[in-house]
Amino acid sequence: MYLNNDPLEADFQAKIDKGQNIEAKDWMPEKYRKTHIRQISQHAHSEIVGMLPEGNWITRAPSLRRKVALLAKVQDEAGHGLYLYSAAETLGITRDELYDQLHSGKAKYSSIFNYPAVTWADMGAVGWLVDGAAIMNQVMLTRTSYGPYARAMVRICKEESFHQRQGYEIMLTLCNGTEVQKRMAQDALNRWWWPSLMMFGPRDAESPHTEQALKWKIKLKTNDELRQQFVDQTVSQAEILGITIPDPKLKWNEARGHYDFGDIDWEEFTQVVAGNGPCNRERLEARKSAWEKGAWVRDAALAYAEKQEQRSLKVAV
Amino acid sequence: MKKEWPVWEVFIRSKSGLDHRHVGSIHATDAKMAIENARDVYTRRQEGVSIWVVPSKEITASNPEENGELFEPAADKIYRHPTFYILPDELTHM
Ligand SMILES: [Fe+2]
Ligand SMILES: [Fe+2]
Repeated sequence: MYLNNDPLEADFQAKIDKGQNIEAKDWMPEKYRKTHIRQISQHAHSEIVGMLPEGNWITRAPSLRRKVALLAKVQDEAGHGLYLYSAAETLGITRDELYDQLHSGKAKYSSIFNYPAVTWADMGAVGWLVDGAAIMNQVMLTRTSYGPYARAMVRICKEESFHQRQGYEIMLTLCNGTEVQKRMAQDALNRWWWPSLMMFGPRDAESPHTEQALKWKIKLKTNDELRQQFVDQTVSQAEILGITIPDPKLKWNEARGHYDFGDIDWEEFTQVVAGNGPCNRERLEARKSAWEKGAWVRDAALAYAEKQEQRSLKVAV
Repeated sequence: MKKEWPVWEVFIRSKSGLDHRHVGSIHATDAKMAIENARDVYTRRQEGVSIWVVPSKEITASNPEENGELFEPAADKIYRHPTFYILPDELTHM
């Protein structure tokens, strides 16, 4: 049991227990603020870096229909990043500081985006599995205790459903196509399955902050609960596609009412998080270069606005 | 030069007949750019028919620590609500 002698903190906890939201100007423990800055910005960075593997395929989409859908999806992800950065800024950190943390490697983003998207089928698998896993987490977060974060999540969730459906439709088309196309879909599932399960983060036993996060309603379900929920809902979706989830241990467990599944390669997860995944360097380089090459545009736009302002002041005099 | 673009708060009227509602914020160098950016970020699916942008620094917010003196005086004035008045059940249209 957690004893609390600080009256401010007791009030704060009582508010959360009653299901009230915490808003930007409300008193909050420093650790709550810091944890949120870390989590919201990590989420924002994931949306932004997440554009890279898919953006790579826009020019090579196989039809105009696929191209406009992918373009719209990637644009949505940019929007998600911006909603989240603005939610993080309500906690007293600036946008430049947030970018700086990403570019310096101090802040993390989801490990999934450090895997390459090598075939068109990957656009299907990413929409279906990666957005699917993200949705699971984000639906939970619509009820998180910090108001600006929860509201950003509501908007994001409304937009995500199309992402997953367009991905699944790509998979379905490939699976109903030629043998080669179906093999391509299977290959994409083989490569994205395990990294998608890793998206939910370390096992509960290995995540020391879970208890505090649940208490403050920063999350409402544990990593393992969400992972299980994802496996349970995805199995039948793979069956409809007629492709096989690459896990020989995957099996319905009548007693638990859930699917049992095999062991995740946590060493691989640790390596990718530590910066040694297949694309970590490339992703970060792409972000840094976009930021640096855009500097003159940002500066010029600001200089122009300041000049206009000066002019209008002179006219007023 | 390392200056951040100013922050603007964005308010959107989702359809005519409704109030503008706060949806989030945006960075932009001037009001025109703020409207354009707000359009791209907050109305990609026809979520709005009108946008207001306000420099965040121009907004004065009440202090949650003064919530007591600001809002509590209304709490005991239940006679401002129609349910305070006890009237017979058979009375209609009131
Ligand atoms: Fe997203
Ligand atoms: Fe998405």
